[in-house]
Amino acid sequence: MPTLTHCRDDFPILQRSVADGIPLAFLDNAASTQRPQSVINAITDCYERYYANVHRGIHTLSEESTTRYEKSRTSLARFVNAEHDHEIIYTAGATAAINTVARSWGNENVTANDTILLTIAEHHANIVPWQQLAASVGCRIEFLPLQDDFNIETDAVRSALERFQPKMFAFTAASNVLGTTFPVTEWTRLAHEHGSTVLIDAAQSAPHQVMDVQAWNADFVVFSGHKVCGPNGIGVLYGKEKLLEAMPPFLGGGGMIRRVTTDGFEPAELPDKFEAGTPPIVEAIALESAVEYVTAIGLDEIEKHEQRLATHADTGLRQIEGLRMIGPETRDRNGIVSFVLNHAHSHDVAHALDASGIAVRAGHHCTMPLHRALGTSATTRASFYFYNTMDEADRLIAAVAEVQKKFAPTGRKRQPRSSG
Amino acid sequence: MASEQDIYEEHVLDHYEDPYHRGPLNGATHAHEADNPLCGDQIHIDLKLTPDGKVVDAWFDGEGCVISQASASMLVETIEGKTLEELQQFSAQNMLALFGPKLTPNRQKCCLLSWRVLQSAIHSPLNPSDDELGGPSFSGPSLGEES
Repeated sequence: MPTLTHCRDDFPILQRSVADGIPLAFLDNAASTQRPQSVINAITDCYERYYANVHRGIHTLSEESTTRYEKSRTSLARFVNAEHDHEIIYTAGATAAINTVARSWGNENVTANDTILLTIAEHHANIVPWQQLAASVGCRIEFLPLQDDFNIETDAVRSALERFQPKMFAFTAASNVLGTTFPVTEWTRLAHEHGSTVLIDAAQSAPHQVMDVQAWNADFVVFSGHKVCGPNGIGVLYGKEKLLEAMPPFLGGGGMIRRVTTDGFEPAELPDKFEAGTPPIVEAIALESAVEYVTAIGLDEIEKHEQRLATHADTGLRQIEGLRMIGPETRDRNGIVSFVLNHAHSHDVAHALDASGIAVRAGHHCTMPLHRALGTSATTRASFYFYNTMDEADRLIAAVAEVQKKFAPTGRKRQPRSSG
Repeated sequence: MASEQDIYEEHVLDHYEDPYHRGPLNGATHAHEADNPLCGDQIHIDLKLTPDGKVVDAWFDGEGCVISQASASMLVETIEGKTLEELQQFSAQNMLALFGPKLTPNRQKCCLLSWRVLQSAIHSPLNPSDDELGGPSFSGPSLGEES
């Protein structure tokens, strides 16, 4: 069986142990991934050799920093297969990218009579900005529900598009809880047929699957740097040139203007128009290293490896009596496995797993509406990345079985409190 | 962070599986409930106070992690017979000490949920005419809410 285990040597943090010398099994990658040495080196290299502000100085360091910053944009354009480099806007993260679209495109194009269509599987970053838009312009928000098998069928998407005729259909390419991936190209085509603009939240797919925004024909695509082995504090907003050009700037400040007078300002061309202030310079340069790193491994290989690990974990965990898997049994799955135990709350599960050196996430994973629809307030989530191993998947299964046993009722009797 | 100390000590698990006064209290005079949105822990507390402000009966209900539910059981067990003044003086530190095992800041929130609910419950009469029972209003330490 092919393995990507050799990649582990590239990650200093994966060499550490936790909990009395037990090797760390880091299974919280959907929240944030770890960084290889090459990305850490890119950060220190910039600060040690050529860091200065970009687009401003005439001096050597500023020229070098600017060249590297723009080279990063070119690499990212290639990574997502954008037609033009200036369709790549650097933001503070995926959240900031969605806010940019909701505020700039939304305020310009959405009125009180319009509808925004979302899925119930969205994380808060793809819900709250639209709710803020609704509060401002009075539009409606509709959610595509989950079926009993945790899926959303394309037929349901089609009928929602017909029924609501939304102005915007914003959906995640891959759920951060359910382990499902959605047919992005097909949904986008359907949305366009119904006159809707499309935003794809690729935060959980960009790190794991080949991305082709032109094949998707998406209008907007967003993702974060820190989930794809890059630094935090940077994200990408991809937008079709025509749409970005028609949008007003979102944040105002230096860098995003052509000219400022006491009477007003003239915005700069793309991409500067959406990059007010000093941009995430080092972060962009290190993000280029990160996408080069994962591209060198091969996103197809990464996806297959994660699917093997997650399928193995899913199969093993389902054998545990009293465990409810939150996700479909047969699916186009990603590396995410979420579950609830009848004998233990997810925080107790995560706490107990931590004692075995296993890092998982517990709670609602920034998807409170989804958890409400699932009838639970919290789940435990293991999320794999290419540097995880089959051994770690086995450790997870064994530790969860142990936790279920530990918290099972055994007829305990509380000792009456001694007085005094 | 993994710790050597097991926070799930025997008496904690005992309270979790065999809680003290879990359920509704008929004839409650005061009640309050709250949750920790971050993890979904919920606690409801019913109190029966005498006109001069003494706890005759205290019950809790809720759902959530072992820490939140076991600590609520310990709390209602310990406050019966106490005066309002004693409840107001019962600090967050006292609550953590009552629970026992040392908790990380995130898990302290689980443990302090029932304590917060109690501090609100004593100012939440079910019949408004019972108000102004307790003299000075509570002004103890407040806990930052998670976003």
